[in-house]
Amino acid sequence: MTILIDEKTRIIVQGFTGKIGTFHAQEMIEYGSNVVGGVTPGKGGQTHLGLPVFNTVKEAVQQAGAEASIVFVPPAFAADSIMEAADAGIRYCVAITDGIPTQDMMTVKNFLRRFPKEERMMLTGPNCAGTISPGRSMLGIMPGHIYVRGNVGVVGRSGTLGYEAADQMRALGIGISTSVGIGGDPIIGSSHLDVLEKLEQDPETKVALMIGEIGGPMEVDAGIFFKENMTKPLVAYIAGLTAPEGRRMGHAGAIISSAGESAAEKVALLKELGVIISPTPSLMGQTVAQVLAKM
Amino acid sequence: MNIHEYQAKEILSEYGVKIAEGGIAYSVEEAVQRAREIEGDVWVVKAQIHSGARGKAGGIKVCKTHAEVQVAAEELLGKVLVTHQSGAAGKLCSRVYIEAGTKIEKEIYLSFLIDRSTERVIMVGSAQGGMEIETLAQTQPEAIIKIYIEPAVGLQDFQARKMAFALGLDSSLLNHAVKTIKGCYRALRDLDANILEINPLVVTANNEIIALDAKMAFDENALYRRHKIAELRDNSQVDPREVAAAEVGLSYVGLDGDIGCMINGAGLAMATMDMIKLAGGEPANFLDVGGGASAERTEKAFRLVLADKNVKAMLVNIFAGINRCDWIAEGVVQAVKNIGMQVPLVVRLSGTNVEEGRKIIADSGMKIITADTLAEAAEKVVAARNQVVAQKG
Repeated sequence: MTILIDEKTRIIVQGFTGKIGTFHAQEMIEYGSNVVGGVTPGKGGQTHLGLPVFNTVKEAVQQAGAEASIVFVPPAFAADSIMEAADAGIRYCVAITDGIPTQDMMTVKNFLRRFPKEERMMLTGPNCAGTISPGRSMLGIMPGHIYVRGNVGVVGRSGTLGYEAADQMRALGIGISTSVGIGGDPIIGSSHLDVLEKLEQDPETKVALMIGEIGGPMEVDAGIFFKENMTKPLVAYIAGLTAPEGRRMGHAGAIISSAGESAAEKVALLKELGVIISPTPSLMGQTVAQVLAKM
Repeated sequence: MNIHEYQAKEILSEYGVKIAEGGIAYSVEEAVQRAREIEGDVWVVKAQIHSGARGKAGGIKVCKTHAEVQVAAEELLGKVLVTHQSGAAGKLCSRVYIEAGTKIEKEIYLSFLIDRSTERVIMVGSAQGGMEIETLAQTQPEAIIKIYIEPAVGLQDFQARKMAFALGLDSSLLNHAVKTIKGCYRALRDLDANILEINPLVVTANNEIIALDAKMAFDENALYRRHKIAELRDNSQVDPREVAAAEVGLSYVGLDGDIGCMINGAGLAMATMDMIKLAGGEPANFLDVGGGASAERTEKAFRLVLADKNVKAMLVNIFAGINRCDWIAEGVVQAVKNIGMQVPLVVRLSGTNVEEGRKIIADSGMKIITADTLAEAAEKVVAARNQVVAQKG
């Protein structure tokens, strides 16, 4: 059993019959993911890609036993779809949609917090590449063939930089237990810390790799969690070491941002917490290899 | 998306926030006319640019006569103002706001923004408003008041009162302060703003609370449902290359270096720029071509990068997921042919159909330098750039 999805996980696609939903549902099915149907309101009762279409997520849960969902619904309607999944009892939801208004995500997070923790749906994304447990299930839009099954757990904001890491590891013969894209938007479903918590509990994961970026306190929070709670080694790369200071209007952002949000500051803080740093993006695979070699 | 001070004030005034009497002018004549329409004996001429710190850059001028207003407007209109928030290129001032002078008793800082870590709107205030607020936040953090607002119930009166008292406002102003604070919050929530900042919010000699400045920035993703806000866009305040990029759905940020970049995905773009810098080069831009890079889109991206005359070499780094390397390669070859590219080009392809993609590049007969890894790509493009500079030197 991997942490979020495996070959048995019953998956539905929200926004199933649209062009993007159709394309990626096909890719997931070809990869071997257990897609059991999809939801497109108003098209319930039809068959698409040989699978049933439901009007509501609730019906998909009741009639097809859906446990996980992936959202391809356009940005204006995506928040609603995510909340519908949570309400229907979906356990894990990946939101791929890019361009959801920030205040809509604020509403989604507030809605999710109203569920008791044990009943709360886990959400990753939006604006992410999804989650993959190589060789078992792909709940995302990544090129599945570059992921090899193994024992490194990966969490990162960026899709293509995650592919880069997977590819570097594959070239060195290193595989992945689960790779989770958490997305690049200001408000997202799960943080680096939330995913590290899962990877720590996962018997198949020996080492965790965190791919972070400049801005926000999320990576350092994850580093503190690592120091206090993790038994497995954590490798990290922080992108944006050379990014210029952004132009801005006014002082509001600067006043509430805590110290330590530039890439250099983050790297220094993470080092202090015992995280092993990949100094450049081209050394992510090698840094993980060195850690594995010492185990 | 940023808007101008006068536009933000117009919005806030609809939400019950008091502002001084004022009017916008696009010409010197209009500026003097606006001053004539506004009673009083002091006028402030304010450059309307999408940047803070205008005062220190000479963008705000206090005038005692209409003749002074004329001189101030002549000086500001058409001028590029460089402030410490505007970036080195500065911002062109093509309109000025003429406002009645205000007798200030007290300057306060007030802002609202969406806080990423708590996923709530945060209200920030300080009894000591003005330009040194960031220094104050560092040296005297206790002088900054922060109140978090529950999204489901919104800003409550008691929270607004708490802020008003913490700001040291007189009890006689309490109702007015609550109305002002709640109006700001509603404007932010109703209109999908990310940031609303009033610095300073002032108490006048007549014991009124007035927003003397106002900055608002809006969520680009929500503009589809905020048509009136979308109309306030002023592209003269944005780097023209960024405007051109946005028109074709690309994300571009111009930088000061000379190595042009075309990359898919923001994280990989940032990482590639890190590699270029580590190899001794300086990126000329950040360009994310996104997921579906068709041949047409690739050519547009090339034109955008090469429109920057500083570019001495270019790097393409694509990790194809949904894309396919053979499609990208065809797009690159076509772009190089159509544009008649003059600077050296390094291409690194990875991911889906990489072998086919590399073959297309190799068979094209074009002078394209290829690389297999990220490190190799960065080193090769910096070397190519250095060779160009050495030959010219």
